[in-house]
Amino acid sequence: MTELIRASAITKRYGGTLALDAVDFAVEAGEVHVLIGENGAGKSTLMRILAGIEAPSSGTLILDDEVVTLTSVRDAAAKGIGMVHQELNLCPNLTVSENIFLSHGGALPDLASERKRAAALMARLGRTISADVRVEALSVGDQQIVEIAKALAEECRVLIFDEPTSALSAAEVETLFDVIADLKHAGVGIIYISHKLEELMRIGDRISILRNGRMIETRAVVAASLDWIVTTMIGEERRIARTESHTGGTEILSIAGAFNVRFNAGEVTAIYGLLGSGRTTLLETLFGARAGGTIWLDGADLTGRPIAERVKHGLLFVPEDRKRNGLFANFTVAANLSLSDLSHLARWSVIDRAQETGQIAAMIERLGIKTASPDTPITALSGGNQQKVLIGRALMPGPKALLLDEPGRGVDVGARAELFETIRDLAAQGLAVAFTSSDLIEVMNVADRIIVLARGQISLDMRSQETDEKAVVAAANRASAPLEIA
Amino acid sequence: MRTLLLRYRSIVALFLVIALFAAIAPNFLSVANFMIMAKHVAIVAILGIGMTFVILTGGIDLSVGSIAGLAGMVSGALILNGISLIPLGIVIYPAIPTVILLVLIFGGLVGLANGVLVAQLRVAPFIVTLGMLYVARGSALLMSGGTTFSNLTGAPEYGNQGFSWLGAGQLLGIPVPVWLLGLAAWIAIFTATRTSFGRRVYAVGGNERAAELSGVRTDRIKIWVYVISGVCAALVGMLVASDLMSAHPASGESFELNAIAAVVLGGASLKGGRGTIGATLIGAAVIGVLGDGMVMVGVSEFWQMVIKGAVIIAAVVLDRLQDKFEVML
Repeated sequence: MTELIRASAITKRYGGTLALDAVDFAVEAGEVHVLIGENGAGKSTLMRILAGIEAPSSGTLILDDEVVTLTSVRDAAAKGIGMVHQELNLCPNLTVSENIFLSHGGALPDLASERKRAAALMARLGRTISADVRVEALSVGDQQIVEIAKALAEECRVLIFDEPTSALSAAEVETLFDVIADLKHAGVGIIYISHKLEELMRIGDRISILRNGRMIETRAVVAASLDWIVTTMIGEERRIARTESHTGGTEILSIAGAFNVRFNAGEVTAIYGLLGSGRTTLLETLFGARAGGTIWLDGADLTGRPIAERVKHGLLFVPEDRKRNGLFANFTVAANLSLSDLSHLARWSVIDRAQETGQIAAMIERLGIKTASPDTPITALSGGNQQKVLIGRALMPGPKALLLDEPGRGVDVGARAELFETIRDLAAQGLAVAFTSSDLIEVMNVADRIIVLARGQISLDMRSQETDEKAVVAAANRASAPLEIA
Repeated sequence: MRTLLLRYRSIVALFLVIALFAAIAPNFLSVANFMIMAKHVAIVAILGIGMTFVILTGGIDLSVGSIAGLAGMVSGALILNGISLIPLGIVIYPAIPTVILLVLIFGGLVGLANGVLVAQLRVAPFIVTLGMLYVARGSALLMSGGTTFSNLTGAPEYGNQGFSWLGAGQLLGIPVPVWLLGLAAWIAIFTATRTSFGRRVYAVGGNERAAELSGVRTDRIKIWVYVISGVCAALVGMLVASDLMSAHPASGESFELNAIAAVVLGGASLKGGRGTIGATLIGAAVIGVLGDGMVMVGVSEFWQMVIKGAVIIAAVVLDRLQDKFEVML
């Protein structure tokens, strides 16, 4: 086999943090090279370097035995490297053909020939998608195919897939695998990133594991076991035995219907699952951002009630995408904190300023929010402190249950430890706390109880001392989810 | 100093405009002229107050000029024709305070229609209020078949005299519209800065999804801002009709543009979440003074438009520069 591209001793620094530490990685023609690692292990950074999106701090890229520098995505594409992103990068209002050739051609592209080539690509990918249909009319799976066609239109020889199956149905995954098999046959080198171990074992030829920015090992997939993968991914030294644990108090929050879960006072529950497993769906259903399920909170039936009413009853939510769904960039720290509690702070809708200021100061103190003053713009705070402000906002009305969607995301490592300490403290104070996470270590270390979701169903629900990483990973990868409850 | 000038640029612009006209127009600084200008400013400013609430939520209300025209017609009809209760065969002529109250409620209801369409049916505010612009204007023309309701003095036997006080009267030597502006401004500033409603208006404009997830009933907030805007428009419609003692169906045309210009000059963001009532008042003063000053100096109507437009664009360009400065600092 001929080697298509090799990354040699690639190092990437972002300020003080080392994202990649002298990583070696290579792809041969006609192979599927699988890359796995935990969140933050450096997978995306490595792929962004290979796709020309970022330049390495040091190290070299060797393409066809020649050292190259990729200056941009266009440059990488011209050299035959394409990438299919996790989030689709298509214009829904344009046709398949227009999307595929969006970055091609001059001022007057030859539309007829583009359409013909688009149709040929669709045929090559074994799909009966018309080149003239608008992308918005296609299923997510077909959109993914268009995305692949876009990469193939560049005559690429190295194709990177970044978690391509997270949004696909089982049938669409099969189609994608057929396409990958064809591409392999045609001599394309494929880099495949996924968290779904079952998939990796099926289509991979070689497997490489990244941990903390270092390439730990590369092996043939036939020589890799699930056990070996999990152990290598997590690293022995990071397995920490839990010391203290809260046992659940009285039941506070329950949901029945698509999911059946009860949450207890004084307990931290982690909801773990791969992307697309339904962990956010569960949280959003509980909170009412998504319809469905019978929901009870401390004796009150909240089924079908609007979010505002859930908040009034003491069910609060901290969303995952801080910038988009959480922060008010136009507000100070203080105004960001008090928003959910205004009905308590206002009499006849006039805000009691003394009371507001006092409670805001108390919350800043309680959560240890690092801010120059309550009147500092929220945008001036670090990610970790912004996250604390959001948690503070949810705590201001004195909730009974707190739901956090990926609270650790976008928070740097040091701040994260502190954040989760805060979360544990809240449970100790009698709150029912549930958080979603895709970080195994986070789940094992923080939670009293772990719920694992796979394909929209609960596949494990156990106290964290009674289970371990392997069981959790296995449950997350379960195809059809038989319930495993302690 | 430079950033200070930029931050308070609307005040600076106001003083520049006043100084400029004071230098060229001899009577500009007279008390009588200021009284006239104050009434004009009041009209832009009251509409601007309602518009500020709408724009703070990230919306826009293009229908205020037409609502003002329609509200003027409704007040004229109430004074001239009364309310006829056909089954009873009688006609009631409400007293002026009742007329004012009814017309304010009417304006609020038109605003409510805007708000429900925007918040509940999720139609874009631009489209809803553009439609309402035509509906209200057409209704105003339909009310009289296109003619003017003139001579709104009322009659002693009906007990509905005194409408002229609203737009042309004075209290302690200051025109009533200016008092009304003061009252509206005080209520609006208090509402925007001290009440939970005001805070939620800013929250909806700053990040609607986050507001919803924080327990804010965003649809109710959005409905209320259009109601406020409708009430402000109705008040302006009556001020104009009262001042002229006649209601013309075409009155209030393009008032919405002056109101939006006042908000923009005040530095509010059309994306929502940023802006203050106080700044809008200064913006309205700039628009009003600029308009009257140009008339006094004898600038042609065509040039007036060009200059007004240039001032608005310049204000927004300064806004961008301000953002850049703040990034650099």
